[in-house]
Amino acid sequence: MTDGRTSSGTAAAGTAGAAGAAVVELRSATARLDGRPVWSDVDITVRAGEFAAVLGPNGAGKSTMLKAILGLVPLSAGTARIVGSPPGHTRGLIGYLPQRRSFDAELRIRGVDLVRLGVDGDRWGVPLPGAERISARARARSARVDEVIDLVGATSYARRPIGELSGGEQQRLLIAQALASRPRLLLLDEPLESLDLPNQAAVAALVSRICRTEGVAVVMVAHDVNPILGYLDQVIYLAGGRAACGPPREVITSETLSRLYRTPVEVLSASDGRLVVVGAAESPTPSDHRHHP
Amino acid sequence: MIAGTGTLEPELTWNLVADVRALFTYPFMVDALQAGTIVAVLGGVIGWFTVLRRQAFTAHTLAVVGFPGAAGAILVGVSATAGFFAFAVAAAVVIGLIPSSGRVGYATTESALTGTVQATALALGFVFSSLYGGFSSGAGALLFGSFLGITPEQVRVLLGVAVAALAVLAVLARRLLFATVDPAVAAARGIRVRATSLVFLLLLAVTAAEVAQITGTLLVFALLIVPAATAQAMTARPVLGLGLAVAVGLLVSWVSLFVAYYEPYPIGFLLTSLAFAVYVVVALSQRQARTATLRRVLDLRRSEAPAGTGG
Repeated sequence: MTDGRTSSGTAAAGTAGAAGAAVVELRSATARLDGRPVWSDVDITVRAGEFAAVLGPNGAGKSTMLKAILGLVPLSAGTARIVGSPPGHTRGLIGYLPQRRSFDAELRIRGVDLVRLGVDGDRWGVPLPGAERISARARARSARVDEVIDLVGATSYARRPIGELSGGEQQRLLIAQALASRPRLLLLDEPLESLDLPNQAAVAALVSRICRTEGVAVVMVAHDVNPILGYLDQVIYLAGGRAACGPPREVITSETLSRLYRTPVEVLSASDGRLVVVGAAESPTPSDHRHHP
Repeated sequence: MIAGTGTLEPELTWNLVADVRALFTYPFMVDALQAGTIVAVLGGVIGWFTVLRRQAFTAHTLAVVGFPGAAGAILVGVSATAGFFAFAVAAAVVIGLIPSSGRVGYATTESALTGTVQATALALGFVFSSLYGGFSSGAGALLFGSFLGITPEQVRVLLGVAVAALAVLAVLARRLLFATVDPAVAAARGIRVRATSLVFLLLLAVTAAEVAQITGTLLVFALLIVPAATAQAMTARPVLGLGLAVAVGLLVSWVSLFVAYYEPYPIGFLLTSLAFAVYVVVALSQRQARTATLRRVLDLRRSEAPAGTGG
């Protein structure tokens, strides 16, 4: 599994070395929230150009996994190396898309401004009008904004106010924003949530294409594995405070999941290859307040 | 040519150039115009971020506390300007210490607590002005604005504070925009969102204190919120929007002072009604334009995808 796909990509530059290098490495990692262990003894390796999904029931600590990688939640045990450094030291190399964001319909900021914040939003000072005529660096930043907007296919609506766009259009622009700073690692927290089926398929295909062509490691939290199943190199399945990692067809099996949940779980395969997990605490519960568009 | 004869009852002639030149022959009008200009620029810029952050209610509260601030300052015999700034900054610190859920604006418990501060401030101002000598015209000027009696020294203070506030904002602008529009991602990129919000709150406090000295503490929206709201109705481009907010503020400020010189109406009323008129005209024309665009987009989608696909 660790020898998985090692797309050469475009990530040659940078300190953390060659293509296929480990971008996310967790060793015997344990995370706690409010003193309660969320998951413990987790080992994960995600390499450049790999597409990994974090799956599991609600409350299993999927979002906590992304926050631990970002360094926003410290590990209480074990070690982590993110792009070759401890978490929190390489934030400029990580593109992050938090969970369930939709913008206020009245927010008067254009999509292109939002994407631009991904390039230079953490810089001090104000953008000077006309800087592009003088500074090559300012020109390069503007070019990068247009490039990522084109990459996600948002050129036709990027100059409209973000609040007026549909959920799918907003999600594409947010992915462009996360990509804008040329990250080595993309962390996406349920980006398919609140999208309709055609948009789920389109965004999943887009993320996979970015992963291969840009050589970026992608870690995506997902509620439903099926829209991304065909693209995944690796699945990190969190349940019962533990994790199972590996290729999707090895992890999402009745055996592995039963062991993880410590209760009999059945994985059914539909004729079109879609997987259905039956018997786990996974199925929608009353506390599962999902956002309906 | 110069219609400088009517010191007590200045009258409008049909010669606009002469009318405007008449204004500049009186030092108190020059001071008022300078103060109006400074306040319009600062109010437009800080107001643009305030509207984007949905903090208009906070802005209003920070201005209202200027009433007890100024009344109290007069009562103890120091300058009203000092009272405006001291109370506004103190209120900003109090509001900043209220633990928030990380979200900004109206839809939080912050609004209830901010309202509590506001009510207390108004009551305190009433007490101070009563102690000073009855609820007189002095209190009226503090609440509803006055352009008479602005001193050159006050103009210098307004200018100094405005330049300092704009300098801080210039350093912070991009990070503030990021933290406003997208706080979770900004935090992940290493921006200290809460600290940034607190600095902005202080900038808003000094701005509200400046604007209140012209518009009165109750009518700060005329130069702090309405120009920015008008600009945001016109454009979603940040730099252009900031420019338009300042332009609308200057227009409202200059025209109001011009009219106030010739007509007996109070400055607060003129500023507010002019700003309101500009906003209504822009909002109505924008709504019409947006409805037309929306109709075009919907027609396009309908012709592209005849069958709807649900999720």
